[in-house]
Amino acid sequence: MDKKREREIRTLLLAGFGGQGIISMGQFLAYAGMLEEREVCFVPAYGPEMRGGTANCLITIDEQQIDSPIFEQPDVAVVMNLPSFNRFEYQVRSKGLLLVNSSLVNQPVQRQDIEAYSIPVNELASSLGNIKVANVVMIGALLELTGIIQAESIIDSMRSTFSDSKHNLLALNRKALEKGAEYVRYLSSKQRLAV
Amino acid sequence: MVRKKVLMKGNEAIGEAAIRAGCQAFFGYPITPQSELPEYLARRMPEVDMIFLQAESELAAISMVYGAAGAGARVMTSSSSPGISLKQEGISMLAGADLPAVIVNIMRGGPGIGGIQPSQADYFQATRGGGHGDYRHLVLAPASIQELADLTWEAFALADQYRNPVLILGDGMLGQMMEPVLLPEEPPPLVDKPWATTGAKDREHNEIYTLHMGMEDLEKHNQRLAKKWEQIAREQVRYDKFMLDDAEIVIVAFGIASRVARRAIRMAREVGIKAGLLRPISLWPFPTAAIAEVAKQARAFLVVEMNLGQMIEDVRLATGGLVPVELFSKITIVPNPKEILQSLCSLARRTGCKIDEAAIKEESA
Amino acid sequence: MKTVFSRPQALTNKPLHYCPGCGHGIIHRLVAEVIDELGIREKTIGTCPVGCAVVANEYFNVDMQQAAHGRSPAVATGIKRVLPDRVVFTYQGDGDLASIGMTEVVHAAARGELITTIFVNNAIYGMTGGQMAPTSLLGQFTTTTPYGRKKELQGSPIRVAEMLATLEGAVYIARMSVHNATHVMRTKRAIKRAFETQLEGKGYSLVEILSTCPTNWGLSPVEATKWLADNMIPYYPLGEIKVAAAVEGIN
Repeated sequence: MDKKREREIRTLLLAGFGGQGIISMGQFLAYAGMLEEREVCFVPAYGPEMRGGTANCLITIDEQQIDSPIFEQPDVAVVMNLPSFNRFEYQVRSKGLLLVNSSLVNQPVQRQDIEAYSIPVNELASSLGNIKVANVVMIGALLELTGIIQAESIIDSMRSTFSDSKHNLLALNRKALEKGAEYVRYLSSKQRLAV
Repeated sequence: MVRKKVLMKGNEAIGEAAIRAGCQAFFGYPITPQSELPEYLARRMPEVDMIFLQAESELAAISMVYGAAGAGARVMTSSSSPGISLKQEGISMLAGADLPAVIVNIMRGGPGIGGIQPSQADYFQATRGGGHGDYRHLVLAPASIQELADLTWEAFALADQYRNPVLILGDGMLGQMMEPVLLPEEPPPLVDKPWATTGAKDREHNEIYTLHMGMEDLEKHNQRLAKKWEQIAREQVRYDKFMLDDAEIVIVAFGIASRVARRAIRMAREVGIKAGLLRPISLWPFPTAAIAEVAKQARAFLVVEMNLGQMIEDVRLATGGLVPVELFSKITIVPNPKEILQSLCSLARRTGCKIDEAAIKEESA
Repeated sequence: MKTVFSRPQALTNKPLHYCPGCGHGIIHRLVAEVIDELGIREKTIGTCPVGCAVVANEYFNVDMQQAAHGRSPAVATGIKRVLPDRVVFTYQGDGDLASIGMTEVVHAAARGELITTIFVNNAIYGMTGGQMAPTSLLGQFTTTTPYGRKKELQGSPIRVAEMLATLEGAVYIARMSVHNATHVMRTKRAIKRAFETQLEGKGYSLVEILSTCPTNWGLSPVEATKWLADNMIPYYPLGEIKVAAAVEGIN
């Protein structure tokens, strides 16, 4: 992975339908960032322009004190459904990264100045026997491509925030992270969509 | 035991900090975007054997606060803008009766029902004593979740110290966002409250009252209160400086707007603009002297606030016409750093401040 | 020499400011006597209304708080919740309780707050100078009903005791009167039972007390007692309106 890009990535936008676990994705990332003793800030969808069936959140992970919790052009955008894709493809900063849930988005990425990956996270999650971990598969892909957080920190954040009755789900989540990472490793070498 | 940071939503951090500050009772009424605070306390207060009560209205909630404060308890209520308007009756009562209490306003846009978007439109109401009569109370404006927790804790100490209500002024985004926070562990020391109505055992009976029928009585009462508020004004001015040492343009911003302003200032420095930030933490008392001092060397001020321009009046009073003071205003939208940067560039050009035009061209290319 | 009459411990020696023939003085004394008899003076906290009794904090020799207009039941709730072993009462008039403070009293009663309300109903606003109260009678002349209260314009007077009696949390509700000695003694018994209801932790208690306002009614004190008996009692029936099963054993 490109080390330079790793340094530059500090702002992420996650978007999708309510119920796709968008907010949880953001919270796992922020919590994991905190466990790695970095500065983090998580802003859930808020304000009129963000309402109406979609869920969004902004996450900043930084080595130094975070100034603005909001930003216009994220370094990374993760879009889990078509409305989010339509809305946020053009918000990613130039040379930024766009991760698309291709299970629900069948349109090609138009932008040529960003790096984009299409990942069928719903199918990948189903192959693990539980479509509910599609969001975690996506986190796995994100971590593999950016190195912004250690996968183990995500598991630790789940361990800290899951109720005891859900701790048996940690193994499945670990598999989901690996599944996403594995898929983009394969993609990186085969079918990078645009650079 | 090593204290560990926890990731908390602003509204919940206020609740946990209040518990750790020894808050004995919370009375509130639901309203977006602060409902997570009463919800959090509804769960947590019984765990620590303290009182949570959902009141029938904000009027009732603040009156319960008055009763409990008068009975000597550490007590809190919270709401958002329209609800805070309703609470003004009780806040005026608390101020008039010298009662300590902590009030939280997680602001949303108005006027009227307005919306649920974050806003800073209650600055005037908060800093001028929003109810009837002539009164003041501390207004603390946190800009991070850590500061929300720290200032909530401190608000209880200050309320007790001065026997006066203290207002925490946040906004919907601070209430909803999450950041790591190190929570306080020990409550501020308890103070003696010999004036409290706890039952007249082995003493004269105590009275909590705000009625002073005699013309001279009321005059004297107000003059005595004024002395207390003058003391608070002397002792409790709080503000934060960022890149101010060589600043030609000074941004004044509080709360969430100040966070965005910091980012804009870093961006401005990259294009050669010497910008800095003076962030009032106490909105009342306002850091008038600090701003006056900075005005001696600055060439221009930009006030960034999420309202039509309210704090700017205090900044203008403080700068006394020495330098131009301009407004960057969004009412119910948290501004983004780029927009503020544009205002900084424009202001720099018009006031003859240093600016690296080549760097700007390069940036936009 | 044997003392047969003295000021109750629960009253201060401050002269009352109430008008001649006003019921407040009698009712203050009844509440104070009950507090003395129950031996609770040192653990009782009262609230004053906005209205003629706004300075009751100077008359009751117990800890007192002045509430904003109508908010007494909420203020008392705040006190009682943080000091659950104390005795807390609200002293309210008809404007304070039945108009601006109706919400607070309904919800305090609905929650079954362990407080006692002394509700003085004299069918008029006294302190502000004789305006219509929610309990003013149909046809009654006040400064804001100069042509008499009309059902079509101002609605009918509210029977607070009956209304609150419908709430589960209200366990002892009585309506009494202080227009003559017999009724004064009955009123005292009801006040005592209300305080005992609180002491026993049974729920919310309220005694509505029909009272006189000669000044604003434009009558002499004697005429006023007659006016109360002839006009108010037929509309506001006296007696214990609600004695919940839990309270039956008390007194």
